[in-house]
Amino acid sequence: MATTGSTSDEVLDTDEGVGEADSEIESRVGWRYTLGQVKGDPTALAGLVVICFMSGLAAFATLDAVVFDYLSEYAVFAQFGMRKYWIAETFWISPVKEPLGARRLLPPAPLDNAYGQGTWDHPLGTDDRGRDILVRLVYGSRIAISVGAIATVVGMVGGTVVGAVAGYYGGWVDDVLMRAVETLYAIPFFILVLSFIAVFGRNLAFVMVGVGIASIPTFSRLIRSEVVSVREEDYIEAAEAAGVRDRNIIARHVIPNSFAPVLVQGTLQIGTAILIVAGLSFLGFGVQPPTPSWGQMLSKSRGVMIENVWFSIWPGLCILVTVVAFNMFGDGLRDALDPRLKN
Amino acid sequence: MSDTRDPGDATGQAGRTAAGASAGDDPLLRVEGLTKLFKNDSGFLSWLTVDRDADGVPVTADREWVRAVEDVSFEIRRGETLGLVGESGCGKSTLARTLLRLIDPTEGDVYFEGDNLAELSGEALRRKRKDMQIIFQDPQSSLDPRMKVGPIVEEPMRAHDMLDDEGREERARELLSRVGLDPQHYNRHPHAFSGGQRQRINLARALSVNPDFVVCDEPTSALDASIQAQVLNTMRRLQEEFGLTYLFISHDLSVIRHISDRVAVMYLGEVVELADKEELYENPQHPYTQALLDSIPVPDPRESETRGVLEGDVPSPIEPPSGCRFRTRCPELIAPAEYDLTDAEWAAVRAFTRRVVRHGFEMTTQADLEAEFFGDTRPGGPAGEALDRAFVLLERKEPDAAADHLRDSFIEPSICAREQPSYEVDPEYGDGRHFCACHLQRDEELTH
Amino acid sequence: MTDPILEVRDLQTHFFTADGVVRAVDGVSFEVYEEEIVGIVGESGAGKSVAAASIMRLVEDPGEVVGGEVSFKGEPIVEFEETEAGTRRPTDAMLSNREMRERIRGREIAIIFQDPMESLNPVFTVGGQLREFIEINRDVGESEAREIAVEMLREVGIPEPRERLDDYPHQFSGGMRQRVLIAMALSCEPSLIIADEPTTALDVTVEGQILEQVADLQEKYGTSFIWVTHDLGVVAEICDRVNVMYLGQMAEQAAVDALFHDTRHPYTDALLDSLPRPDRTVEELRPIAGVMPEAINPPSGCRFHTRCPDAREVCRQVNPDARDVSESDERPHRAACLKHEDVFHEDYWSSPPIDNETDSGFAVGRTDAGGSGDE
Repeated sequence: MATTGSTSDEVLDTDEGVGEADSEIESRVGWRYTLGQVKGDPTALAGLVVICFMSGLAAFATLDAVVFDYLSEYAVFAQFGMRKYWIAETFWISPVKEPLGARRLLPPAPLDNAYGQGTWDHPLGTDDRGRDILVRLVYGSRIAISVGAIATVVGMVGGTVVGAVAGYYGGWVDDVLMRAVETLYAIPFFILVLSFIAVFGRNLAFVMVGVGIASIPTFSRLIRSEVVSVREEDYIEAAEAAGVRDRNIIARHVIPNSFAPVLVQGTLQIGTAILIVAGLSFLGFGVQPPTPSWGQMLSKSRGVMIENVWFSIWPGLCILVTVVAFNMFGDGLRDALDPRLKN
Repeated sequence: MSDTRDPGDATGQAGRTAAGASAGDDPLLRVEGLTKLFKNDSGFLSWLTVDRDADGVPVTADREWVRAVEDVSFEIRRGETLGLVGESGCGKSTLARTLLRLIDPTEGDVYFEGDNLAELSGEALRRKRKDMQIIFQDPQSSLDPRMKVGPIVEEPMRAHDMLDDEGREERARELLSRVGLDPQHYNRHPHAFSGGQRQRINLARALSVNPDFVVCDEPTSALDASIQAQVLNTMRRLQEEFGLTYLFISHDLSVIRHISDRVAVMYLGEVVELADKEELYENPQHPYTQALLDSIPVPDPRESETRGVLEGDVPSPIEPPSGCRFRTRCPELIAPAEYDLTDAEWAAVRAFTRRVVRHGFEMTTQADLEAEFFGDTRPGGPAGEALDRAFVLLERKEPDAAADHLRDSFIEPSICAREQPSYEVDPEYGDGRHFCACHLQRDEELTH
Repeated sequence: MTDPILEVRDLQTHFFTADGVVRAVDGVSFEVYEEEIVGIVGESGAGKSVAAASIMRLVEDPGEVVGGEVSFKGEPIVEFEETEAGTRRPTDAMLSNREMRERIRGREIAIIFQDPMESLNPVFTVGGQLREFIEINRDVGESEAREIAVEMLREVGIPEPRERLDDYPHQFSGGMRQRVLIAMALSCEPSLIIADEPTTALDVTVEGQILEQVADLQEKYGTSFIWVTHDLGVVAEICDRVNVMYLGQMAEQAAVDALFHDTRHPYTDALLDSLPRPDRTVEELRPIAGVMPEAINPPSGCRFHTRCPDAREVCRQVNPDARDVSESDERPHRAACLKHEDVFHEDYWSSPPIDNETDSGFAVGRTDAGGSGDE
């Protein structure tokens, strides 16, 4: 104890080992790491490719069907002949109008059936009113993807807020919110959406919001259980002790650290939402003719399945492929996020 | 380092008054009768008990309370370090969180810089938090893994609207260097740091808002010995540089002895002894403090003679013992006044009673038992009669009845079981107050 | 002194991770004699627990014992030989996994872990687990095993042992669970018990109880112990001889009194200096500079040279093994430090010193703005 003026307590912990560990661990927290993991997983990657492809189609269809429709109201654009389905009608064929001299229920190009030999003008065949199936599928993707995405975002946002608040505050807040959510959960999904539509109307927007609200329980229960464990972490208490406002603690610490499972569930939920909306369209709710959607095409094909089974197969296949793609990606995402959750 | 510290701090009142002179003699923090009870249940109907055999309504409302902290009072003076030591589950962390109002007290007051924290709420309480901070035990969990070091350190400043963005970053970098880190670490995630470095980040965060008072909840318990020394030294230096007052919580008596000016010992939710450091370690008065000091392994094989082992486990805080809470394990339980026993007789009675209460032996004959526990120190008179009755019950193979009988005869009448102790002791080292919650002090106080 | 019951020679246990080979234990030698308590002490990451597990051949993937010898009462628990290709392979004489399981573990060498909750199955009663263990390892019937279990529980200081047989692990307090494990370890009367930080999770008064109990039991049964801990206080309290590990290697090996009062390795010295004391007020702690380097990329030469106050240039080049540096009339005292030049012959004293205090010290100037101190 004889030495004096020792500076040993000022010792800066040496940087050895920090450097390399740094890059490796640093990246484990970020999105780049997660995406890298997904890329290394062929199943998830395949899902991602399909999702990107479908989303690309949907984006194109939205531009043609919605953006142009909106812009055509302005003279500036109308003078160019801008209108709904401008691109489709200019370069190929309208997805909604029956072509002149339409040939109904044609099979895909190389095949033939009672209605005639398929033609390469309609590579996947025609529907009951002679419209091209391919173009309708492309424009139908818009409804599937946007409904799936928007409904899920509604559910995710609503569920996250409810679940995070319930889990963070606990006590009676938790009791009230979670009992309310459970009440919602007790009503069958489909019935809930149907009654929502019954109250607010058949408008597509309400269908999306309805599906979203119906999925709130799933998300809020998921994030609540996560929040309950995260809120025991010392950094939450540290933020409270530092005087950080509750809403900032929830937004900056609680939600980001409990969000991973919600994200995974969200991806899976998009698939479910697509199925639900297709089902609703099949029943005649949701998007109204002549706007194309996969579920509605499926519904239409029901009466003519004997005559042209392909009219049923194509939209069914589209729904199947998209939903499976979201599930594959969601599973991959879960695996990618999981090791970090365990740490 | 040591020579720049106020030399009076460690030794007594004189230095402390000098240190606190600018702020008058008011303590920085005064805790009065602080109590925290927890409900021992969860779920919104779980406090109801269903009793199928009951008459009438078979449901009774019955809440069990965990008495985590009960009727604790003390003061912390400006610039000092109060060490709070106790075993796990003694309520020391609950006490810290209650006095910071991270959890609401059930009863009692906490006066901090003129305000009663127990009565503040909402925005006023939030603003007050700027002046009091906490450092946690677990360096892993106390930093948000998704945030970088810079924003972590800046967060309290943002919460209290201190400085602008640039000013905050500058201050964060400066604080990093003040706690012994490289300001370049500003952009790293907490993962990249060792445990000791993370505790330094915690320090920087706590100090960012220039608090007066910092609660340190076992800040070095998770660290290796050599790293612990680094962090402890840094904490001492910062205390001086920032004029901090610490409440330092630890289960480690060595660390507490090193860092504290005064020390409070907690047992089962109560402070049992509180005195200046030298006084407490060199002249401990409470049997629990003595037992703690005796059982701590000293890193020196020539000093490890005594181990003074306590019997049994800490009782449940749901139904703590009456009177002195330590009495169930106390080696110096006081004999009930109605018996006239010698020390040897009382020791034998006590040992026998404890063994019966804990069912510590297989039944043998009365003669064997008497020989084992009493030999020639068998007390007569009323005490002897009580023992006779116990032996009869033991013979009849009713050990529970015997235990109850012994408890009623020898333990319950003791002053330790009847009254809650609270005494002042004349200090031998320094001249600070020496509080001791043990009835052994009752005679000393009479002469006071 | 008689022959040691356990002899460990140049033990090497490596972990093969994605980032490279971690030499958790890298050439460690020590022995355990009959009826003694041997401490293995070191900070986290020193490799002390891995060394203990290696003796039982209980190292888990991706770890593997890759070299050295462990012999227990003459039986080779670990033994390697060189092949023609220059690689190492276990010898034929080395005990098979089956022999380890049936003859050594539990019967001859028992192990006690830090967390008793993980060693006891929460869904079976304590008595059931204890009884089963005794039945398997002592070849006795159920009722006899039960009697032994009660006896052992009483022996380790559990009140009402017969009633408590039917309790589940969670109904015991931490200290009581640790006692159950000690009872379990002792119940088969092994020659050696390896205790891996058994009291670290316990409160100091409970730790005191258990240390005392172990000391008594050790005397009564004559069992040898390897006591793995990071706490020099516990070492001083209970051990007869001590091995100090640093970064996978032995730094110093000595009888307990010599280790504390005649320290021969700068690491042990520095470790003792950095401890606050319960028995006297230490005004200023002297910490060891820096942090322990990663075992995946250990420093060249002596592993402690990056933090050693006595380091010299030669320490960067030469990695000393632990050699006997005792005077002729003393018990063996081994230290792995070149400053014992008469043993190591490496020109330590003429080598220029390395200044670790400033080297790894505070590299970035601390600004004085706002500081009230005079530093």
